[in-house]
Amino acid sequence: MKEIVVISGKGGTGKTSITASFAMLGGKDIVVADCDVDAADMHLLMKPNVKTEEDFYSGNAAVIDRAKCLNCGKCASVCRFDAINLIEYLYSVSALNCEGCGYCARVCPVKVISMVEQNVGKLYISATKADNMMVHARLLSGADNSGKLVARVKKEAKQIAQETGKGFVIVDGSPGIGCPVISSLSGADFVVLVTEPTVSGLHDLKRVYELVNRFQISAGCIINKADINQDVVNHIEIYLRENNIVHLTDLPYDESFTSAMTIGQTIVEYDHDKLADLLTVSWNKIKQILSKEQQ
Amino acid sequence: MKLTIASGKGGTGKTTFSTNLAMYLAEQYKVVLTDLDVEEPNSGLFVHGRQTHQQDMFKMIPEWDKNVCTLCGNCQQLCSYHAVMKLGSQVMVFPELCHGCYACSELCPAHALPMHQIKMGELRQYRAGNLDFIDSRLDVGQEQAVPLIAQTLDYVERNFDTAYLKLYDAPPGTTCPVIKATQDADLVILITEPTPFGLHDLKLAIETMRELEKDFVVVVNRFGIGNDDVLRYCEKEGIIVLAKLPNDRHIAELYSRGELVYPHIPEFAEQLRLIGDFIMSQQGMQS
Repeated sequence: MKEIVVISGKGGTGKTSITASFAMLGGKDIVVADCDVDAADMHLLMKPNVKTEEDFYSGNAAVIDRAKCLNCGKCASVCRFDAINLIEYLYSVSALNCEGCGYCARVCPVKVISMVEQNVGKLYISATKADNMMVHARLLSGADNSGKLVARVKKEAKQIAQETGKGFVIVDGSPGIGCPVISSLSGADFVVLVTEPTVSGLHDLKRVYELVNRFQISAGCIINKADINQDVVNHIEIYLRENNIVHLTDLPYDESFTSAMTIGQTIVEYDHDKLADLLTVSWNKIKQILSKEQQ
Repeated sequence: MKLTIASGKGGTGKTTFSTNLAMYLAEQYKVVLTDLDVEEPNSGLFVHGRQTHQQDMFKMIPEWDKNVCTLCGNCQQLCSYHAVMKLGSQVMVFPELCHGCYACSELCPAHALPMHQIKMGELRQYRAGNLDFIDSRLDVGQEQAVPLIAQTLDYVERNFDTAYLKLYDAPPGTTCPVIKATQDADLVILITEPTPFGLHDLKLAIETMRELEKDFVVVVNRFGIGNDDVLRYCEKEGIIVLAKLPNDRHIAELYSRGELVYPHIPEFAEQLRLIGDFIMSQQGMQS
Protein backbone atom coordinates (compact mmCIF):
# COMPACT_ATOMS: atom_id res chain seq x y z
CA MET A 1 0.00 0.00 0.00
CA LYS A 2 1.32 3.41 -1.00
CA GLU A 3 0.46 6.76 0.47
CA ILE A 4 0.16 9.80 -1.80
CA VAL A 5 -0.12 13.24 -0.19
CA VAL A 6 -1.32 16.28 -2.15
CA ILE A 7 -0.23 19.66 -0.78
CA SER A 8 0.17 23.17 -2.09
CA GLY A 9 1.63 25.56 0.48
CA LYS A 10 -0.57 28.30 -0.93
CA GLY A 11 -4.37 28.05 -0.79
CA GLY A 12 -6.68 28.26 -3.78
CA THR A 13 -4.42 26.48 -6.25
CA GLY A 14 -6.98 23.74 -6.95
CA LYS A 15 -5.49 21.17 -4.59
CA THR A 16 -8.80 19.74 -3.36
CA SER A 17 -10.39 19.63 -6.83
CA ILE A 18 -7.35 17.74 -8.14
CA THR A 19 -7.22 15.35 -5.16
CA ALA A 20 -10.92 14.58 -5.57
CA SER A 21 -10.32 13.84 -9.26
CA PHE A 22 -7.58 11.38 -8.33
CA ALA A 23 -9.97 9.84 -5.81
CA MET A 24 -12.47 9.29 -8.66
CA LEU A 25 -9.81 7.90 -11.01
CA GLY A 26 -8.42 5.56 -8.32
CA GLY A 27 -11.94 4.29 -7.58
CA LYS A 28 -12.09 1.01 -5.69
CA ASP A 29 -8.34 0.68 -5.26
CA ILE A 30 -7.92 3.62 -2.88
CA VAL A 31 -8.88 5.03 0.48
CA VAL A 32 -9.32 8.83 0.69
CA ALA A 33 -8.11 10.88 3.66
CA ASP A 34 -9.09 14.55 3.97
CA CYS A 35 -6.34 15.99 6.16
CA ASP A 36 -7.15 19.61 5.37
CA VAL A 37 -9.16 19.52 8.59
CA ASP A 38 -9.19 23.33 9.04
CA ALA A 39 -11.16 23.79 5.86
CA ALA A 40 -12.28 20.30 4.96
CA ASP A 41 -14.05 20.74 1.64
CA MET A 42 -13.52 17.44 -0.13
CA HIS A 43 -16.83 16.00 1.15
CA LEU A 44 -18.60 18.63 -0.99
CA LEU A 45 -17.28 16.80 -4.06
CA MET A 46 -17.14 13.18 -2.85
CA LYS A 47 -20.67 13.12 -1.36
CA PRO A 48 -19.71 10.76 1.44
CA ASN A 49 -22.32 8.57 3.07
CA VAL A 50 -21.26 8.56 6.74
CA LYS A 51 -20.89 5.04 8.17
CA THR A 52 -19.35 5.83 11.57
CA GLU A 53 -18.62 9.00 13.47
CA GLU A 54 -16.94 9.71 16.78
CA ASP A 55 -15.88 12.68 18.90
CA PHE A 56 -12.18 13.43 18.88
CA TYR A 57 -10.46 14.55 22.06
CA SER A 58 -7.06 16.19 22.12
CA GLY A 59 -5.21 18.39 24.57
CA ASN A 60 -6.37 19.76 27.89
CA ALA A 61 -7.72 23.01 29.23
CA ALA A 62 -7.63 24.21 32.82
CA VAL A 63 -10.90 24.43 34.76
CA ILE A 64 -11.09 26.19 38.15
CA ASP A 65 -13.49 24.85 40.77
CA ARG A 66 -15.02 28.18 41.66
CA ALA A 67 -16.56 27.00 44.97
CA LYS A 68 -13.19 26.09 46.47
CA CYS A 69 -10.94 28.70 44.80
CA LEU A 70 -9.15 31.12 47.18
CA ASN A 71 -8.72 33.63 44.33
CA CYS A 72 -5.05 33.96 45.29
CA GLY A 73 -3.91 34.53 41.70
CA LYS A 74 -0.95 32.14 41.84
CA CYS A 75 -2.28 30.40 38.70
CA ALA A 76 -2.42 33.65 36.72
CA SER A 77 1.09 34.58 37.79
CA VAL A 78 2.65 31.44 36.27
CA CYS A 79 0.59 31.30 33.05
CA ARG A 80 2.70 32.26 30.03
CA PHE A 81 -0.27 32.25 27.64
CA ASP A 82 -2.34 35.02 29.18
CA ALA A 83 -5.10 32.44 29.68
CA ILE A 84 -6.01 33.28 33.30
CA ASN A 85 -7.31 36.76 34.01
CA LEU A 86 -9.36 38.60 36.60
CA ILE A 87 -12.90 38.89 35.31
CA GLU A 88 -15.25 40.69 37.68
CA TYR A 89 -12.75 40.14 40.54
CA LEU A 90 -12.51 36.38 39.96
CA TYR A 91 -9.68 34.51 38.26
CA SER A 92 -11.08 32.80 35.17
CA VAL A 93 -9.61 30.61 32.43
CA SER A 94 -9.98 31.51 28.77
CA ALA A 95 -10.20 28.12 27.07
CA LEU A 96 -9.21 29.73 23.77
CA ASN A 97 -5.86 30.88 25.14
CA CYS A 98 -5.16 27.89 27.37
CA GLU A 99 -2.40 25.67 25.95
CA GLY A 100 -3.12 22.90 28.43
CA CYS A 101 0.35 22.86 29.99
CA GLY A 102 -1.01 22.27 33.48
CA TYR A 103 1.45 24.61 35.22
CA CYS A 104 -1.42 26.41 37.01
CA ALA A 105 -2.85 23.13 38.31
CA ARG A 106 0.58 22.21 39.70
CA VAL A 107 1.04 25.39 41.66
CA CYS A 108 -2.51 25.91 42.94
CA PRO A 109 -2.14 25.84 46.77
CA VAL A 110 -5.58 24.29 47.28
CA LYS A 111 -5.50 22.03 44.20
CA VAL A 112 -8.79 23.20 42.74
CA ILE A 113 -7.66 23.41 39.11
CA SER A 114 -8.25 20.32 37.01
CA MET A 115 -7.11 19.66 33.46
CA VAL A 116 -10.03 18.60 31.29
CA GLU A 117 -9.61 16.88 27.93
CA GLN A 118 -11.04 18.94 25.07
CA ASN A 119 -13.45 17.75 22.43
CA VAL A 120 -11.85 19.31 19.34
CA GLY A 121 -13.95 17.81 16.58
CA LYS A 122 -15.52 14.83 14.90
CA LEU A 123 -14.00 12.02 12.91
CA TYR A 124 -16.00 10.34 10.15
CA ILE A 125 -15.59 7.18 8.10
CA SER A 126 -17.76 7.22 5.00
CA ALA A 127 -18.44 5.53 1.68
CA THR A 128 -18.11 7.85 -1.33
CA LYS A 129 -19.65 7.98 -4.77
CA ALA A 130 -16.31 6.78 -6.20
CA ASP A 131 -16.93 3.39 -4.63
CA ASN A 132 -14.21 3.88 -2.02
CA MET A 133 -13.94 4.70 1.66
CA MET A 134 -13.10 8.18 2.92
CA VAL A 135 -11.85 9.28 6.33
CA HIS A 136 -12.58 12.91 7.12
CA ALA A 137 -12.96 15.21 10.08
CA ARG A 138 -14.54 18.41 11.21
CA LEU A 139 -12.52 20.53 13.61
CA LEU A 140 -14.59 22.66 15.98
CA SER A 141 -14.00 26.35 15.39
CA GLY A 142 -11.21 27.78 17.49
CA ALA A 143 -9.85 24.32 18.28
CA ASP A 144 -6.15 23.57 18.35
CA ASN A 145 -5.16 21.90 15.09
CA SER A 146 -2.02 20.47 16.62
CA GLY A 147 -1.73 17.88 13.90
CA LYS A 148 -3.12 15.16 16.16
CA LEU A 149 -6.43 15.03 14.30
CA VAL A 150 -4.52 14.94 11.00
CA ALA A 151 -2.43 12.04 12.30
CA ARG A 152 -5.59 10.21 13.39
CA VAL A 153 -7.32 10.68 10.01
CA LYS A 154 -4.28 9.23 8.27
CA LYS A 155 -3.97 6.34 10.68
CA GLU A 156 -7.62 5.33 10.16
CA ALA A 157 -7.28 5.58 6.37
CA LYS A 158 -4.13 3.43 6.34
CA GLN A 159 -5.74 0.84 8.54
CA ILE A 160 -8.76 0.55 6.26
CA ALA A 161 -6.47 0.27 3.23
CA GLN A 162 -4.44 -2.48 4.85
CA GLU A 163 -7.44 -4.45 6.09
CA THR A 164 -9.20 -4.33 2.75
CA GLY A 165 -6.10 -4.77 0.58
CA LYS A 166 -6.21 -1.42 -1.25
CA GLY A 167 -3.29 -0.17 -3.30
CA PHE A 168 -3.30 3.51 -2.31
CA VAL A 169 -4.21 6.03 0.32
CA ILE A 170 -4.69 9.48 -1.19
CA VAL A 171 -4.39 12.38 1.23
CA ASP A 172 -5.66 15.93 0.77
CA GLY A 173 -2.99 17.70 2.84
CA SER A 174 -3.10 20.77 5.05
CA PRO A 175 -1.92 24.23 3.98
CA GLY A 176 1.12 26.07 5.35
CA ILE A 177 4.37 24.59 6.68
CA GLY A 178 3.51 24.12 10.37
CA CYS A 179 2.33 21.29 12.57
CA PRO A 180 -0.67 20.04 10.51
CA VAL A 181 1.28 19.77 7.25
CA ILE A 182 4.20 18.10 9.03
CA SER A 183 1.66 15.54 10.30
CA SER A 184 0.22 15.17 6.77
CA LEU A 185 3.65 14.42 5.32
CA SER A 186 4.94 11.92 7.84
CA GLY A 187 5.00 8.43 6.36
CA ALA A 188 4.12 9.49 2.79
CA ASP A 189 5.53 7.63 -0.23
CA PHE A 190 4.92 10.37 -2.78
CA VAL A 191 4.00 14.02 -2.61
CA VAL A 192 2.03 15.87 -5.29
CA LEU A 193 2.70 19.61 -5.16
CA VAL A 194 -0.07 21.69 -6.70
CA THR A 195 1.07 25.18 -7.60
CA GLU A 196 0.18 28.11 -9.83
CA PRO A 197 2.51 30.39 -11.83
CA THR A 198 2.22 33.42 -9.56
CA VAL A 199 4.94 35.02 -7.46
CA SER A 200 3.20 33.75 -4.33
CA GLY A 201 2.60 30.29 -5.78
CA LEU A 202 6.33 29.89 -6.48
CA HIS A 203 7.32 31.39 -3.11
CA ASP A 204 5.07 28.99 -1.19
CA LEU A 205 6.08 26.02 -3.34
CA LYS A 206 9.73 26.57 -2.41
CA ARG A 207 8.97 26.84 1.30
CA VAL A 208 6.78 23.75 1.42
CA TYR A 209 9.21 21.73 -0.73
CA GLU A 210 12.01 22.55 1.68
CA LEU A 211 9.90 20.71 4.25
CA VAL A 212 9.15 17.78 1.90
CA ASN A 213 12.86 17.50 1.18
CA ARG A 214 13.62 17.09 4.89
CA PHE A 215 11.38 14.04 4.91
CA GLN A 216 13.20 12.80 1.77
CA ILE A 217 9.96 11.95 -0.02
CA SER A 218 9.96 11.94 -3.82
CA ALA A 219 7.66 14.50 -5.36
CA GLY A 220 5.80 15.51 -8.50
CA CYS A 221 4.31 18.85 -9.41
CA ILE A 222 1.15 20.00 -11.18
CA ILE A 223 1.15 23.60 -12.41
CA ASN A 224 -2.45 24.79 -12.42
CA LYS A 225 -3.59 27.92 -14.36
CA ALA A 226 -0.31 27.47 -16.27
CA ASP A 227 -1.27 29.90 -19.03
CA ILE A 228 -1.59 33.02 -16.86
CA ASN A 229 2.15 33.72 -16.63
CA GLN A 230 4.71 31.95 -18.85
CA ASP A 231 7.59 33.74 -17.16
CA VAL A 232 6.80 32.27 -13.74
CA VAL A 233 6.12 28.85 -15.35
CA ASN A 234 9.71 28.96 -16.65
CA HIS A 235 10.99 29.71 -13.15
CA ILE A 236 8.94 26.86 -11.68
CA GLU A 237 10.25 24.45 -14.34
CA ILE A 238 13.85 25.37 -13.53
CA TYR A 239 13.14 24.87 -9.83
CA LEU A 240 11.58 21.44 -10.52
CA ARG A 241 14.58 20.32 -12.57
CA GLU A 242 17.08 21.51 -9.98
CA ASN A 243 15.29 19.54 -7.27
CA ASN A 244 14.47 16.39 -9.24
CA ILE A 245 10.74 16.98 -8.90
CA VAL A 246 8.72 15.23 -11.62
CA HIS A 247 6.74 17.74 -13.68
CA LEU A 248 3.45 15.83 -13.86
CA THR A 249 1.38 18.19 -15.99
CA ASP A 250 0.25 21.74 -16.73
CA LEU A 251 -3.44 22.58 -16.45
CA PRO A 252 -4.89 25.67 -18.15
CA TYR A 253 -6.72 28.52 -16.38
CA ASP A 254 -10.22 27.11 -16.63
CA GLU A 255 -13.39 28.13 -14.85
CA SER A 256 -14.59 24.51 -15.18
CA PHE A 257 -12.92 24.04 -11.78
CA THR A 258 -15.54 26.36 -10.30
CA SER A 259 -18.44 25.18 -12.45
CA ALA A 260 -17.80 21.54 -11.51
CA MET A 261 -17.57 22.45 -7.83
CA THR A 262 -20.79 24.45 -8.03
CA ILE A 263 -22.73 21.34 -9.01
CA GLY A 264 -20.81 19.12 -6.59
CA GLN A 265 -18.77 17.26 -9.19
CA THR A 266 -15.10 16.46 -9.58
CA ILE A 267 -13.35 17.75 -12.69
CA VAL A 268 -13.09 14.30 -14.24
CA GLU A 269 -16.86 13.91 -13.99
CA TYR A 270 -17.62 17.39 -15.29
CA ASP A 271 -15.11 17.71 -18.09
CA HIS A 272 -14.74 14.95 -20.67
CA ASP A 273 -12.13 16.69 -22.67
CA LYS A 274 -8.71 18.22 -22.07
CA LEU A 275 -8.73 18.65 -18.27
CA ALA A 276 -9.93 15.09 -17.67
CA ASP A 277 -7.25 13.75 -20.05
CA LEU A 278 -4.46 15.69 -18.36
CA LEU A 279 -5.54 14.54 -14.91
CA THR A 280 -5.85 10.92 -16.05
CA VAL A 281 -2.34 11.03 -17.52
CA SER A 282 -1.01 12.53 -14.26
CA TRP A 283 -2.67 9.88 -12.13
CA ASN A 284 -1.24 7.11 -14.30
CA LYS A 285 2.21 8.71 -14.10
CA ILE A 286 2.04 8.77 -10.29
CA LYS A 287 1.04 5.10 -10.19
CA GLN A 288 3.87 4.25 -12.58
CA ILE A 289 6.46 6.09 -10.46
CA LEU A 290 5.30 4.30 -7.33
CA SER A 291 5.34 0.86 -8.95
CA LYS A 292 8.88 1.49 -10.23
CA GLU A 293 10.03 2.51 -6.76
CA GLN A 294 8.67 -0.73 -5.41
CA GLN A 295 10.90 -2.82 -7.68
CA MET B 1 -8.02 51.02 14.85
CA LYS B 2 -7.07 47.38 14.34
CA LEU B 3 -8.51 45.60 11.33
CA THR B 4 -7.83 41.94 10.56
CA ILE B 5 -8.38 40.47 7.12
CA ALA B 6 -9.17 36.76 7.36
CA SER B 7 -10.75 33.93 5.39
CA GLY B 8 -11.73 30.37 6.15
CA LYS B 9 -10.59 29.03 2.80
CA GLY B 10 -7.11 29.70 1.48
CA GLY B 11 -6.59 31.34 -1.88
CA THR B 12 -9.69 33.53 -1.78
CA GLY B 13 -7.67 36.71 -2.33
CA LYS B 14 -6.82 37.70 1.22
CA THR B 15 -3.33 38.89 0.40
CA THR B 16 -4.36 40.63 -2.85
CA PHE B 17 -7.03 42.46 -0.92
CA SER B 18 -4.84 43.34 2.09
CA THR B 19 -1.96 44.71 0.07
CA ASN B 20 -4.15 46.70 -2.33
CA LEU B 21 -6.27 48.12 0.49
CA ALA B 22 -3.18 49.04 2.53
CA MET B 23 -1.44 50.80 -0.36
CA TYR B 24 -4.67 52.55 -1.37
CA LEU B 25 -5.42 53.83 2.16
CA ALA B 26 -1.78 54.81 2.77
CA GLU B 27 -2.18 57.43 0.04
CA GLN B 28 -4.32 59.39 2.54
CA TYR B 29 -3.82 57.95 6.02
CA LYS B 30 -1.17 56.57 8.38
CA VAL B 31 -1.34 52.83 7.77
CA VAL B 32 0.75 49.86 8.91
CA LEU B 33 0.19 46.47 7.25
CA THR B 34 1.38 43.31 9.02
CA ASP B 35 1.51 39.87 7.42
CA LEU B 36 0.55 37.38 10.15
CA ASP B 37 0.43 34.40 7.78
CA VAL B 38 3.85 33.52 9.17
CA GLU B 39 3.88 30.03 7.63
CA GLU B 40 3.48 31.33 4.07
CA PRO B 41 3.87 35.13 4.14
CA ASN B 42 3.16 36.61 0.73
CA SER B 43 2.27 40.27 1.23
CA GLY B 44 5.89 41.26 0.75
CA LEU B 45 5.73 40.03 -2.85
CA PHE B 46 3.24 42.81 -3.63
CA VAL B 47 4.50 45.61 -1.40
CA HIS B 48 7.83 46.70 -2.80
CA GLY B 49 9.59 48.83 -0.23
CA ARG B 50 12.88 49.69 1.38
CA GLN B 51 13.85 47.57 4.39
CA THR B 52 14.18 49.69 7.52
CA HIS B 53 14.54 47.04 10.21
CA GLN B 54 15.29 43.35 10.66
CA GLN B 55 15.37 41.19 13.77
CA ASP B 56 15.49 37.50 14.59
CA MET B 57 12.52 36.22 16.56
CA PHE B 58 13.05 33.82 19.43
CA LYS B 59 11.08 31.45 21.57
CA MET B 60 12.13 30.30 25.03
CA ILE B 61 12.93 26.66 25.70
CA PRO B 62 14.64 24.89 28.63
CA GLU B 63 18.28 23.83 28.39
CA TRP B 64 19.54 20.96 30.52
CA ASP B 65 22.38 21.68 32.92
CA LYS B 66 23.82 18.25 33.64
CA ASN B 67 26.15 19.59 36.32
CA VAL B 68 23.35 20.41 38.75
CA CYS B 69 20.69 17.90 37.67
CA THR B 70 19.82 15.23 40.25
CA LEU B 71 17.92 13.12 37.70
CA CYS B 72 14.76 13.19 39.81
CA GLY B 73 12.56 12.99 36.71
CA ASN B 74 10.20 15.74 37.91
CA CYS B 75 10.53 17.59 34.58
CA GLN B 76 9.37 14.63 32.52
CA GLN B 77 6.28 14.22 34.69
CA LEU B 78 5.49 17.93 34.47
CA CYS B 79 5.70 18.31 30.71
CA SER B 80 2.34 17.92 28.98
CA TYR B 81 3.94 17.86 25.54
CA HIS B 82 6.58 15.13 25.95
CA ALA B 83 9.17 17.80 25.16
CA VAL B 84 11.38 16.93 28.14
CA MET B 85 12.40 13.34 28.72
CA LYS B 86 14.67 11.61 31.16
CA LEU B 87 16.47 8.88 29.29
CA GLY B 88 18.85 6.89 31.47
CA SER B 89 21.29 9.31 33.00
CA GLN B 90 20.41 12.28 30.83
CA VAL B 91 17.56 14.67 30.22
CA MET B 92 16.67 15.48 26.62
CA VAL B 93 14.75 18.53 25.42
CA PHE B 94 12.84 18.43 22.11
CA PRO B 95 12.58 22.11 21.10
CA GLU B 96 9.95 21.60 18.37
CA LEU B 97 7.54 20.04 20.90
CA CYS B 98 8.09 22.66 23.61
CA HIS B 99 5.32 25.24 24.09
CA GLY B 100 7.42 27.42 26.38
CA CYS B 101 5.22 27.10 29.49
CA TYR B 102 8.25 27.30 31.85
CA ALA B 103 6.79 24.64 34.21
CA CYS B 104 9.76 22.26 34.00
CA SER B 105 12.22 25.11 34.39
CA GLU B 106 10.64 26.94 37.30
CA LEU B 107 9.54 23.83 39.19
CA CYS B 108 12.88 22.01 38.86
CA PRO B 109 14.13 21.56 42.45
CA ALA B 110 17.78 21.69 41.29
CA HIS B 111 17.33 24.60 38.82
CA ALA B 112 18.80 22.35 36.16
CA LEU B 113 16.58 23.55 33.29
CA PRO B 114 17.16 27.27 32.82
CA MET B 115 15.23 28.81 29.92
CA HIS B 116 17.17 30.12 26.95
CA GLN B 117 16.14 31.48 23.60
CA ILE B 118 16.18 29.74 20.22
CA LYS B 119 15.43 31.33 16.88
CA MET B 120 12.01 30.53 15.39
CA GLY B 121 11.77 33.12 12.65
CA GLU B 122 12.49 36.63 11.42
CA LEU B 123 10.69 39.95 11.38
CA ARG B 124 11.38 42.63 8.78
CA GLN B 125 10.01 46.11 8.50
CA TYR B 126 9.70 47.99 5.20
CA ARG B 127 8.69 51.42 4.05
CA ALA B 128 6.77 51.51 0.74
CA GLY B 129 5.63 55.01 -0.18
CA ASN B 130 3.59 56.09 2.84
CA LEU B 131 2.96 52.56 4.00
CA ASP B 132 4.78 50.80 6.80
CA PHE B 133 4.86 47.06 6.26
CA ILE B 134 5.87 44.26 8.64
CA ASP B 135 6.73 40.80 7.34
CA SER B 136 7.15 38.01 9.86
CA ARG B 137 8.15 34.52 8.80
CA LEU B 138 8.49 31.20 10.58
CA ASP B 139 11.66 29.19 9.93
CA VAL B 140 10.96 26.01 7.92
CA GLY B 141 10.76 23.05 10.30
CA GLN B 142 9.26 25.10 13.16
CA GLU B 143 5.83 23.72 14.02
CA GLN B 144 4.16 26.46 16.03
CA ALA B 145 2.98 29.64 14.40
CA VAL B 146 1.16 31.10 17.42
CA PRO B 147 4.17 32.30 19.47
CA LEU B 148 5.55 34.17 16.45
CA ILE B 149 2.16 35.74 15.70
CA ALA B 150 1.86 36.85 19.35
CA GLN B 151 5.31 38.44 19.32
CA THR B 152 4.69 40.14 15.99
CA LEU B 153 1.47 41.68 17.36
CA ASP B 154 3.45 42.94 20.37
CA TYR B 155 6.05 44.48 18.08
CA VAL B 156 3.40 46.40 16.13
CA GLU B 157 1.70 47.57 19.33
CA ARG B 158 4.99 48.86 20.74
CA ASN B 159 6.11 50.63 17.59
CA PHE B 160 2.93 52.16 16.18
CA ASP B 161 0.62 54.41 18.17
CA THR B 162 -3.14 54.73 17.95
CA ALA B 163 -2.94 57.30 15.16
CA TYR B 164 -2.22 54.38 12.81
CA LEU B 165 -4.76 52.24 11.06
CA LYS B 166 -3.35 48.77 11.69
CA LEU B 167 -4.15 46.18 9.04
CA TYR B 168 -3.39 42.53 9.71
CA ASP B 169 -3.29 39.83 7.04
CA ALA B 170 -4.31 36.66 8.94
CA PRO B 171 -3.45 33.04 8.12
CA PRO B 172 -6.22 30.94 6.50
CA GLY B 173 -8.44 28.55 8.48
CA THR B 174 -10.26 28.86 11.79
CA THR B 175 -7.86 27.35 14.32
CA CYS B 176 -5.34 28.73 16.85
CA PRO B 177 -3.20 30.90 14.52
CA VAL B 178 -6.34 32.65 13.22
CA ILE B 179 -7.72 33.16 16.72
CA LYS B 180 -4.43 34.76 17.76
CA ALA B 181 -4.44 37.00 14.68
CA THR B 182 -8.01 38.20 15.22
CA GLN B 183 -8.18 38.33 19.01
CA ASP B 184 -7.44 42.03 19.42
CA ALA B 185 -9.09 43.27 16.22
CA ASP B 186 -11.77 45.97 16.36
CA LEU B 187 -13.17 44.73 13.06
CA VAL B 188 -12.60 41.62 10.94
CA ILE B 189 -13.09 41.53 7.19
CA LEU B 190 -13.78 38.00 5.93
CA ILE B 191 -12.87 37.40 2.31
CA THR B 192 -14.69 34.68 0.46
CA GLU B 193 -15.49 33.58 -3.05
CA PRO B 194 -18.98 32.73 -4.33
CA THR B 195 -18.42 28.96 -4.62
CA PRO B 196 -19.50 25.96 -2.51
CA PHE B 197 -15.99 25.72 -0.98
CA GLY B 198 -16.02 29.46 -0.31
CA LEU B 199 -19.43 29.32 1.39
CA HIS B 200 -18.61 26.23 3.44
CA ASP B 201 -15.41 27.78 4.82
CA LEU B 202 -17.04 31.20 5.27
CA LYS B 203 -19.64 29.62 7.56
CA LEU B 204 -16.84 28.15 9.70
CA ALA B 205 -15.09 31.52 9.83
CA ILE B 206 -18.33 33.27 10.83
CA GLU B 207 -18.92 30.70 13.57
CA THR B 208 -15.44 31.47 14.91
CA MET B 209 -15.96 35.25 14.79
CA ARG B 210 -19.27 34.88 16.64
CA GLU B 211 -17.58 32.78 19.30
CA LEU B 212 -14.90 35.47 19.68
CA GLU B 213 -17.66 38.11 19.75
CA LYS B 214 -15.98 40.03 16.94
CA ASP B 215 -17.59 42.57 14.66
CA PHE B 216 -17.16 41.36 11.10
CA VAL B 217 -18.15 42.13 7.55
CA VAL B 218 -17.79 40.10 4.34
CA VAL B 219 -16.07 40.95 1.06
CA VAL B 220 -16.85 38.68 -1.90
CA ASN B 221 -13.94 38.20 -4.26
CA ARG B 222 -14.07 36.85 -7.82
CA PHE B 223 -17.69 38.00 -7.97
CA GLY B 224 -19.37 36.52 -11.05
CA ILE B 225 -18.10 32.94 -10.80
CA GLY B 226 -19.98 30.16 -9.02
CA ASN B 227 -23.45 31.01 -7.74
CA ASP B 228 -25.44 33.36 -5.48
CA ASP B 229 -25.44 31.16 -2.38
CA VAL B 230 -22.91 33.30 -0.48
CA LEU B 231 -24.93 36.49 -1.03
CA ARG B 232 -28.17 34.75 -0.10
CA TYR B 233 -26.61 33.33 3.05
CA CYS B 234 -25.27 36.72 4.15
CA GLU B 235 -28.63 38.37 3.50
CA LYS B 236 -30.46 35.73 5.52
CA GLU B 237 -27.98 36.10 8.41
CA GLY B 238 -28.04 39.89 8.28
CA ILE B 239 -24.31 40.10 7.53
CA ILE B 240 -22.97 43.17 5.75
CA VAL B 241 -21.41 42.42 2.35
CA LEU B 242 -19.10 45.38 2.10
CA ALA B 243 -17.88 44.93 -1.45
CA LYS B 244 -17.81 42.62 -4.43
CA LEU B 245 -14.46 42.45 -6.13
CA PRO B 246 -14.73 41.59 -9.82
CA ASN B 247 -13.65 38.26 -11.34
CA ASP B 248 -11.24 39.09 -14.13
CA ARG B 249 -8.46 37.08 -15.74
CA HIS B 250 -6.51 40.34 -16.00
CA ILE B 251 -6.47 40.53 -12.17
CA ALA B 252 -5.09 36.98 -11.99
CA GLU B 253 -2.34 38.01 -14.41
CA LEU B 254 -1.44 41.17 -12.47
CA TYR B 255 -1.37 39.09 -9.28
CA SER B 256 0.83 36.47 -10.92
CA ARG B 257 3.46 39.15 -11.57
CA GLY B 258 3.31 40.58 -8.05
CA GLU B 259 1.64 43.79 -9.19
CA LEU B 260 -1.00 45.84 -7.42
CA VAL B 261 -4.45 45.59 -8.98
CA TYR B 262 -6.22 48.88 -8.27
CA PRO B 263 -3.96 51.18 -10.33
CA HIS B 264 -4.92 49.13 -13.42
CA ILE B 265 -8.56 48.19 -12.78
CA PRO B 266 -10.85 51.17 -12.00
CA GLU B 267 -13.69 48.87 -10.90
CA PHE B 268 -11.41 47.38 -8.25
CA ALA B 269 -10.29 50.84 -7.08
CA GLU B 270 -13.95 51.86 -6.77
CA GLN B 271 -14.65 48.90 -4.46
CA LEU B 272 -11.60 49.83 -2.35
CA ARG B 273 -12.97 53.37 -2.05
CA LEU B 274 -16.27 51.99 -0.67
CA ILE B 275 -14.40 49.82 1.81
CA GLY B 276 -12.11 52.69 2.81
CA ASP B 277 -15.09 54.96 3.48
CA PHE B 278 -16.68 52.28 5.64
CA ILE B 279 -13.48 51.73 7.64
CA MET B 280 -12.98 55.44 8.19
CA SER B 281 -16.60 55.83 9.37
CA GLN B 282 -15.95 53.04 11.89
CA GLN B 283 -12.68 54.66 12.94
CA GLY B 284 -14.59 57.91 13.49
CA MET B 285 -17.16 56.14 15.64
CA GLN B 286 -14.39 54.64 17.68
CA SER B 287 -12.37 57.71 18.53
